[in-house]
Amino acid sequence: MIQLAPVFPLIGFLLNGLFNKKLGDRPAGLIGSASIFVSFGLSIWAFFLLIGLPEHARSIQCGWFDWIISGSFSAGFSFLYDPLSAVMMLVVTGVGFLIHVYSVGYMRGDGGYSRYFSYLNLFTFAMLMLVMSDNLILLYLGWEGVGLCSYLLIGFWFHKKSAADAGKKAFIVNRVGDFGFAIGVFLIFWTFAAAGHPTVNLSEIAHLAPEILVAGGGLVTLITLLLFLGATGKSAQIPLHVWLPDAMEGPTPVSALIHAATMVTAGVYMVARLSAVFILSPVTMAVIAITGVTTALFAATIGLVQNDIKRVLAYSTVSQLGYMFLACGVGAFASGIFHLMTHAFFKALLFLGAGSVMHALSGELDMRCMGDLKKRLPRTFAAMFIAALAISGAPLFSGFFSKDEILYNAFISDYGHPVLWGMGLLAAVLTAFYMFRLIFMTFFGSSRVKPDVEKHIHESPNIMTVPLIILAVLAVVGGYVGLPRALGGGAWFEKFLEPVFPGAHGAAAGTVSHSYTVEYLLMLASVAAAALGIMLAYMFYIRDPNRPKALAEKYGGIYKTLLNKYYIDEFYNVAIVRPIVAASLFLWNIVDVKIVDGIANGSAGAIGWFSGRFRMVQTGLVRNYALLFVLGVIALLGFMLFKQT
Amino acid sequence: MTAPLEYYIILSIMLFCIGIWGVLKSRNAIVIFMAIELMLNAVNLSLVAFASHIKRILSDLIQRMPAERIAELIESSTASGQVYVILVMTVAAAEAAVGLAIIISIHRMKDSVNVDDVNIMKW
Repeated sequence: MIQLAPVFPLIGFLLNGLFNKKLGDRPAGLIGSASIFVSFGLSIWAFFLLIGLPEHARSIQCGWFDWIISGSFSAGFSFLYDPLSAVMMLVVTGVGFLIHVYSVGYMRGDGGYSRYFSYLNLFTFAMLMLVMSDNLILLYLGWEGVGLCSYLLIGFWFHKKSAADAGKKAFIVNRVGDFGFAIGVFLIFWTFAAAGHPTVNLSEIAHLAPEILVAGGGLVTLITLLLFLGATGKSAQIPLHVWLPDAMEGPTPVSALIHAATMVTAGVYMVARLSAVFILSPVTMAVIAITGVTTALFAATIGLVQNDIKRVLAYSTVSQLGYMFLACGVGAFASGIFHLMTHAFFKALLFLGAGSVMHALSGELDMRCMGDLKKRLPRTFAAMFIAALAISGAPLFSGFFSKDEILYNAFISDYGHPVLWGMGLLAAVLTAFYMFRLIFMTFFGSSRVKPDVEKHIHESPNIMTVPLIILAVLAVVGGYVGLPRALGGGAWFEKFLEPVFPGAHGAAAGTVSHSYTVEYLLMLASVAAAALGIMLAYMFYIRDPNRPKALAEKYGGIYKTLLNKYYIDEFYNVAIVRPIVAASLFLWNIVDVKIVDGIANGSAGAIGWFSGRFRMVQTGLVRNYALLFVLGVIALLGFMLFKQT
Repeated sequence: MTAPLEYYIILSIMLFCIGIWGVLKSRNAIVIFMAIELMLNAVNLSLVAFASHIKRILSDLIQRMPAERIAELIESSTASGQVYVILVMTVAAAEAAVGLAIIISIHRMKDSVNVDDVNIMKW
């Protein structure tokens, strides 16, 4: 029955896509949301089915049909349902459903309403394929599918050039990563086939990896680095992070669903799913951890000075994804997935809240034109405040538990290092700072709203605020499933995921009870970091609003660099885009127009020239023709005579 | 009849070649027709020569053939060449009539019988 889960979004996509003229707006939203709701229901039912099974046997296989069969190799449209899939499916369909409901209100009046819902359903279908797949080929199908939907949805308002460009940028940068991913998959298959097991089945790979791949060897490092390249593209890590901020051109619920809760987490999921392979290469684990924490710090610094509310959230997403990769890189895969889940809650909440603010302010994005909205948008304010506390790692909120897990593992794990912990802690300070900067600039202080916008300020309708409230509740309580033992909990989340990550070093899953001193100290450090960030934001934006400007002027160079995202886009433009465009122009103007067309036109021209010469035979003079007759007869007679002799 | 066959054939060939030369060389359409008639008559001559010498040609062949077939062969072959000549003459006459009619209409149009002037169907 589980295999039916992706069917409903697919049906929703087809119905909305093919019949959008006849259906109209109301049914389109209904179909779109209902299909996800059914999938969500199935996910919940499947989850309870799963926990009914004993721990070591929690793995259900089912499928649709045999897809590729070639000799002893087969890859089917078949699914693997285990704890990791269960978590991902619940997040995708649950948060997805809330976002669909929100979109019904947010996108009202838009010309492409049903197109929007069909794309969203297609996305959910592809994402479910990705997380439910039991082999790398189907996973790649889902991987590409979500990339496609990301393109379609970022460029949803395709008449706007910046949106169309952003969609292209997202797809192309993703492609660079996908290239690495594909080569990695090929290498895996090749290696495994050479060892006698031609398979791309995920469970088989996980089981056979330690035997077939030499731990610490060059081959496994190459494979895992290529796979990580794919994850980098999909999950916007350095150096392929450049598409995510531009992706904010799409509708806000799209940013919430795709670029916060689900698609960008596909990279983390893939790394976690193939943990058995990644574990075998300490070099790659180090690369992942370092890339993750560097991205976290890097993106946080950029987020400090952005004025567009969605850009701040976009860089925040990049930063938090860095945390997830940090977790995977130090072997704490379960912590990475835990943060993935809590992040889905509070980031989706933040984006939807920002959408609500924009809706109230008739589309205003610039935080410098907001302010003092606390009383006028009470529900939005409450929800976003909770989300900000969660993401900053304030105690008792979900983000605290997940982020703390990651930092703890970064410190103590065999794959970890105190420097990684330190960088992560610094990024946490910055996270708290820019988040509360956002809150203070948007909701507190004096109103800098433009006068014509001010007249229309209104709280969003229920259909938009109810999902916000639900997500806010989740952002608070969602973390308790992973309550660490140090604080009296049972670390149920890590235990639940333990069968999926054999051999991974997870502090909370260990049966050895070690002293919790280090854990308490690190926890205290995290809380202090969050408090420091919030306090700094308070000082800068409430107590003394002129301070940011003064500081920006004093350190003008640094400020400009941060504001311009370290000029990476410009660098890519000069180093990569321009040479490629130049090469393309060369190929077009010279190879295609001159050479290929030259050959085609030239052959036609040559034939024409020959014809021009041959037609001179027809002189029109009868005597010439008679002469040719006679010559022909002579030739024939001569031939016959010579043949005789 | 007493001259060897070869003389008649050579004469025929010579007349034929003169005819060809006349067709190729002259510009006047009437002269071309005359040359064509000459060619046709050269062929007639060779046909008749063969017809009258046929008995002598065939007598060489007779030794190698069965008896009843011989008489049949001799009877039928004597006349073949001569009959063929009559047919050729008929065709020549018809063709001359048609050709002269065409030349007359061309003359009406262009007021000359120079074949080089009739060259519209060229490239």
